[in-house]
Amino acid sequence: MKVLKKLLACSAAAVVSTAAVATELEVTHWWTSGGEAAAVAEFAKAFNDGGDTWVDGAIAGSGGVARPIIISRIIGGDPMGATQLNHGRQAEELVEAGLMLDLTDVAEKEGWRDLVNPVRLLDSCTLDGKVYCVPVNIHSPQWIWLSHAAYEKAGVPVPSNWDEFVASAPKLREAGIVPLAMGQQPWQTQLAFDTLMVAVGGQDLYVKILNGKDADAAGSAEAAKVFEAYANARALSDGSNVNDWNQATNMVITAKAGGQIMGDWAQGEFQVAKQVAGKDYTCLPGLGVNEVIATGGDAFYFPKSDDPEITAAQKRMASQMISKTVQVAFNLKKGSLPIRGDVDLSAANDCMKKGLKILASGAILPDGVNAFSADTQGQIQDLMVEFWNNKSITPEDAQKRYVAIISDAD
Amino acid sequence: MSEAKRPVQLFRNMSAKIAAIPMILTALVIFVGCTIWTIVHSFTKSKLLPNTRWVGFDQYERLFSQNRWLISIENIAIYGICTLIFSLVIGFLLAAMLDQKIRFEDTFRTIFLYPFALSFIVTGLVWQWVLNPEFGIQSIVRGLGWESFTFDPLYNAELVIYGVLIAGLWQGTGLIMCLMLAGLRGIDEDIWKAARVDGIPMWKTYLFIVIPMMRPVFITTLVIIAAGIVKVYDLVVAQTNGGPGIASEVPAKYVYDYMFQNQNLGQGFAASTVMLVTVLIILIPWAYLEFGGKKQNG
Repeated sequence: MKVLKKLLACSAAAVVSTAAVATELEVTHWWTSGGEAAAVAEFAKAFNDGGDTWVDGAIAGSGGVARPIIISRIIGGDPMGATQLNHGRQAEELVEAGLMLDLTDVAEKEGWRDLVNPVRLLDSCTLDGKVYCVPVNIHSPQWIWLSHAAYEKAGVPVPSNWDEFVASAPKLREAGIVPLAMGQQPWQTQLAFDTLMVAVGGQDLYVKILNGKDADAAGSAEAAKVFEAYANARALSDGSNVNDWNQATNMVITAKAGGQIMGDWAQGEFQVAKQVAGKDYTCLPGLGVNEVIATGGDAFYFPKSDDPEITAAQKRMASQMISKTVQVAFNLKKGSLPIRGDVDLSAANDCMKKGLKILASGAILPDGVNAFSADTQGQIQDLMVEFWNNKSITPEDAQKRYVAIISDAD
Repeated sequence: MSEAKRPVQLFRNMSAKIAAIPMILTALVIFVGCTIWTIVHSFTKSKLLPNTRWVGFDQYERLFSQNRWLISIENIAIYGICTLIFSLVIGFLLAAMLDQKIRFEDTFRTIFLYPFALSFIVTGLVWQWVLNPEFGIQSIVRGLGWESFTFDPLYNAELVIYGVLIAGLWQGTGLIMCLMLAGLRGIDEDIWKAARVDGIPMWKTYLFIVIPMMRPVFITTLVIIAAGIVKVYDLVVAQTNGGPGIASEVPAKYVYDYMFQNQNLGQGFAASTVMLVTVLIILIPWAYLEFGGKKQNG
């Protein structure tokens, strides 16, 4: 009982950010590039200032590399204090197995439901009415980044939507420029497909397939158009032999390519290259056709611990991550949008503002990561990668196989 | 001599038997136990965590309807057959050459064996660069004046598995050579002398006398090569990561991806069970011929 009282006192003290007990928490994440590391350092700073100790457990490589390591540590009985995961269904089974800390009391006390915008982010942290993770940022993949220098060289105006982009491609080819830069990593081919689905197929189709797992929609004429556009993009990217997304972004920065379909994290690369939005490069959300963005992003989960001190420190960290000051500091460094609508982001650049405006207007889509299980996601990715690299597969064949996956999706 | 006269047969060498108990237990629990557990769970709908929701052969049906799995099998077949043939042939030829009492034998042996000291990850990366058209072999040859020279196996879906094969051979052949060399050295000098007296040409001596005598060495080598083929994973991950597209996928990578990335244990278990069964199909008849025959003779 005494311990419990101490514990209560402890968490109460945390609210006024003068922790009575200093606790070490190991935090795993896969933010290792320059901008990402700077952003995560903001979290560490806030946590250390509160009197606790942040033990950084960065895992090099992308989420695909880090996720299995993180999950096997949690399942294997060696949980870290806190960990980054993309929210949504990746951690669903871990939560169901009772391995994650329930944050509902913190969330209710601070009124997360009122301050998280869009509230869907919190929903994907919620299972059976209980909150299990802290959303920290919003990343949207539905963007195309266009190089002004490349279009100047080809002598055509910078396109303002996907159709103009396709129409201008032959001119770029004549000038020796690859129209569409594309890295070879599987998630990038997948991202391009999802983005084209929103832009060409429209929001309804996207929602029907991703949320409703509607196989009829996946086989419809609208979806056929998406596969047609995707095959088109495949042809436009001919000659783009780079691997990583930032190498592809670099092709756009150096005007070797006309554009790249990539998420808003590409912005960090343009900033590092000292390019200015609207002057050196243009960004078109939703490929300029349907101005909507999906609200994917990152979240932090806290594996359950028997030690009440660790539990208290975990809750302290959770409430810091969502606090106003930390949100602003973190997201400006990361180039992502904050998860609360009530913060001041006047330092944001043009493209970030475009994103904020769309966010405020509510034109928001669910993210693929939230909608499908990792299994289905993996199958779709395999299909997309195969299609993208094997030009003998027709869009019709690919669509047929896509319909088969969607009808078995879970 | 009947067994009845020595009733304590079981307790002979007691200390040795006690010492072997931990290993026997490990073998039974870890290898046999976990294998059975895996096979049983391949018939369930296990996702991220294992469960026992039975689905019969669904996982296997799905497995063999996956293009990626079929390509994986095709790749491992090409890689396996080529590795087996080339590493044996090249390894033996190198060993036979070194066996001619040449000068600097130690130096050559070290050079040939050196790649084996590197991990598959390093090998994969090195050959990724060597075969990269931008700054590997292709650009060097083009720099020498052959402007239209094209050699980019890693970017060609039909050739990529051969690019992986080259790296695998480069890494593994040195070891095979050393094993062969040891075998060659084990052949009695008198045999060579006798063959020479009879006027048998050297290549015939190798082919019809020495190689049949090296049978045990060949079997050891075969096992080592075969084990390397089945588990090839890190080389592909480092060199191509399965690409371009899914053209260089291998079964071990399929298993890993499904178990840990796609969070579908059942599918991964089914794939690994198929791998196990395939190995057994090859192994059992061979073991039967190899060891079953001996018992009858001896």
